Formats: sequence, C-alpha cells, structure tokens
Amino acid sequence: MIYFDKVSKIYRDNCVALDNVSFAVEPGQFVSIVGHSGAGKSTLLKMILAEEYPTSGQVFFESTDIHSLKPNQVPKFRRRIGNVFQDFRLLPNKTAFENVAFTLEVAGRPQAEIKEFVPQALEMVGLSNKMYNFPRELSGGEKQRVAIARAMINHPDVLIADEPTGNLDPVNTAEIIKILLKINELGTTIILATHNKDIVNELKKRVIILEDGKIIGDEERGKYSLT
Amino acid sequence: MFTALSRIIKYGFLGFWRNGWLSTATIVVMILALLVFEGLIIANVVTQTALNSLQDKIDISVYFKGEASEDEILKIKSSLEAMTEVKKADYISKDKALEIFRSRHKEDETISAALEELSENPLAASLNIKAYDPQNYQAINTYLEQDIYKSSIEKISYAKNATVINRLIKIIDTFKNLGFLSTIIFASIAVLITFNTIRLAIYSNREEIGIMRLVGASNFFVRGPYIVEGLIYGIISGLLSFLFIVPFVYYTSHYVEIFIPEMNLWNYIVSNSIILPGYQIIFGISLGIISSSIAIRRYLHI
Repeated sequence: MIYFDKVSKIYRDNCVALDNVSFAVEPGQFVSIVGHSGAGKSTLLKMILAEEYPTSGQVFFESTDIHSLKPNQVPKFRRRIGNVFQDFRLLPNKTAFENVAFTLEVAGRPQAEIKEFVPQALEMVGLSNKMYNFPRELSGGEKQRVAIARAMINHPDVLIADEPTGNLDPVNTAEIIKILLKINELGTTIILATHNKDIVNELKKRVIILEDGKIIGDEERGKYSLT
Repeated sequence: MFTALSRIIKYGFLGFWRNGWLSTATIVVMILALLVFEGLIIANVVTQTALNSLQDKIDISVYFKGEASEDEILKIKSSLEAMTEVKKADYISKDKALEIFRSRHKEDETISAALEELSENPLAASLNIKAYDPQNYQAINTYLEQDIYKSSIEKISYAKNATVINRLIKIIDTFKNLGFLSTIIFASIAVLITFNTIRLAIYSNREEIGIMRLVGASNFFVRGPYIVEGLIYGIISGLLSFLFIVPFVYYTSHYVEIFIPEMNLWNYIVSNSIILPGYQIIFGISLGIISSSIAIRRYLHI
C-alpha cells in the first residue's frame, strides 16, 4: 500500500534525515516507527503527506508516486490520509465540531452528512458533551481525541500519528492507543511514530527502528530495542 | 462549487468575528489609510479650485485709440474669438467703461466732480481677453502686436503684467506638481501600511493555514475566507472613514470658504455623497483583497 523505494533526504545544511530507506506497509497493518529524536521519524511521515520531498528515491501510495503529484492534486490525495500530531494542530478559532466538520467541508461533502457524521465521530472518541467547545477549553487528551475524530471522519485508508501521546499523561496515553487500535481493527492502516517504549512493547505489532536516518530493524512483532 | 463558496463566505465572516481584536485593529489602520486617501482627494479639489480661481483672475486688456470705430473693434474681437487659445473676449465700449468707472468711484466726490467738468468721455474702449491657459497670453499678445492693428490699438496690458502673469503661471504649475507628488507619496504610504497590517494578521494565522493544507483543503478553500475577510475590512473601513470625514468637513467648510470663496466644501461633499464613499469602498476593498491574496501566498506552499 505504501512503499518507500531507496528514499534519502538531505537537508540544505547537509544534514542527512533519511538515508536509503526502503520498506513497505501492507493494508490494515499497524506499524510503529521508533527511534531517538532526530532519527528521521517525522521526515519519513512528512514524505507520505507530500509535505517533504525526497532528495532521491520514490514513495508510492498504492500505484501513485506521491511526489510526482501536481500541486493541485495534493489536497485531494491528502484527504485519503488521516493525520494526528503531537501538538494536536487543531484550528484554534473553530469549535471541536467545526474542526472535525472542516475535513468533510474541504472535501465538498453535503451539509446533511456533516450533521450526521460529525457527532458520531465525536461520540466515538467520547467527546459528545464537548462538541461546541473551542480547543483552548479542552485538555490535552481531549484535544488529541478531537484530532483523531477529525482524522477518521473521512474514512481514510491510512492514519498517520506522529508522537500522538508525546504531550499526554499515562492515562490519556493509554486511551489514545486504545482508540488507535480500535480504528485499526476497523481496517484502517496505522503508522505510528513514537519513542514511548511502553506503548511499543505492549502493542506487539510491527516495529521499524530508525537510527540516524537508516532502518536498523524491522520486526513483525517487535519490541522497542533501542537504548 | 456553490457549497464551497457558501462555506468560504461563512468562514470569512466567522473568522472576522472570532478574531475580533485583530479585525478591529486592522480596520482602524485601514480607516486611517483611507482618511489619508480621502484627505488627498479633498486637498486636490481645494487646490484645483484655488488655482482655477487664481487663473481666472489673469486676463489682458487691449485699449483702443479714440478714433478706432466700433466696427473695427468688433472685427478684432471676432478674429480673437476665432483663435483656439482664447476663451472669451469681452467688448467694453467707451460708455460702458465710464459707467464702470463711475460706479467704482461713486463714493469719491472729487472724482465724480472731475468727471462732470469734462465735456467728453476720457476713457478708451477696450477688449478684455481671457485665455484657456495662462501660457497662451504671450501668443495672444504677439497676435495683437501685428502691424495691421497698430493704427487702432493704444496699448495692451500684457507688457505691464507679463512678469506677474509669468510668476503666477510658475506658482500654479509648482502647486499642481507638488499636489501630484504628495498624492503619490501619501497614497503609497497608506497602501504599504495597510498591506503590512493585513500581512501581520495573516502571519498570525500561518499555522492554521498549514493545518488546513494538511487535512486536504485546496488553495482556493484556504485562501477564500481570508479574501472574504479582506472584503469585509474594505467595506467597513470605507464606510466608516467617509462617516468620519463628514462632520470634519461640516465644521471646516466655512473656514475654507473665507480663503477660497469659490470653494464650498460642504456642498462638494453633499453632491458627491455617493461617489466619494463609493471610491472609498472600492479602494478599501481592493486594498483588502489584494493585500490578503499577496500575504497568504507564501503560506500556501505546504
């Protein structure tokens, strides 16, 4: 489904973020990408979103070479990928409802669908009572749940989560991981970047280990083996 | 398309309302800029009127010898009127000149008495000539100095007034150029300040723009609400700046009239009460829309 073919990324200051990385993600998989800060996890995820371009190599989404998409094709492509970030990235001037609805609105979905699906999505993440609150009125865990509802509302093929629990306490962390697992069970591919050892060890799913931009381990039921 | 458009308009209004302080600050700056713009329009109208009234006071007179017949004078008058440079030529007969002289000096008894003493009208018939452009008096003067007119013309006032006329021409030209230059300078300052304010407003939203792009919003959908906001800024500041200028003109109109009797600022505002705010709003809207479109462009590359 997603295929990295000898991808390297060298930033302008000659810093190597990814070095000849190749791997494939199958549909329905739950893949954790682990590594220290600066190992290249975020760069790798940004490649999938066409936010970063590789210096060499190609990234495929199904049969599409992501980086050969024209600028006006990128928005439509991104609607097939849900994303969740460490810093939540909610729109500060929109309520929880509007934040989730925004994804449907940009896709041009009719108002009736928005009214039906958005409350359902917020209910799924346990936030039906905070629908009309602004992000500043929500706790970190609640914000992240809004972000997940927003990522899921479009029924994307893939959900990309970049350190989604980085800013959360253990209870909220467990909650978020539980939601991600549920989403995965429903058939969505999940790519999770994290450096939380406990999460990875408990998941018992595929683990790709990055160090200095290189893949140094890829196990089907892996553990967090970095020190 | 229609759904997208209505959503863009909705978000434009929502953004305007929810960013209350930012919107207010932007509108205040735009009002100031538009006041400068409006001030320039009014200042130009006032100087134009003042210069025109000054220009109107410039003329030359041709005095005819006593023996020149009325026919001859009228012939010269019509030949002058045939010239493209001449706006009008008024004939003042000997009797008319005397009448004017009498009414001008009716308070002065010695002059009235002196006139009674004379058996004959001592004043000369004359033509009073006004040109379209003060620069043309030189040409009209040359035309009148032709030999064929020598026998009937006593004198032409141009020679006496030439220095004054030329100086006035210079002053008028300088003022026109200064007005043009200051209009350009002040208008550019106003435009730059507004542009920068809107740029800052959008800069503070740069992260939001990035998020919208990442959840798959097209450029059109991201840019749209900001352009709608720019439009709202333009309409509100255009209207308000006109409303601010109205009482100001109402109170100063009287003082302006003392200096330039031909200029009634209040009447000018009243008779242009649709065109002026129209200009303001159009100027405001274009400023708002153009500034936001340019400012947002650099954040759309994500």
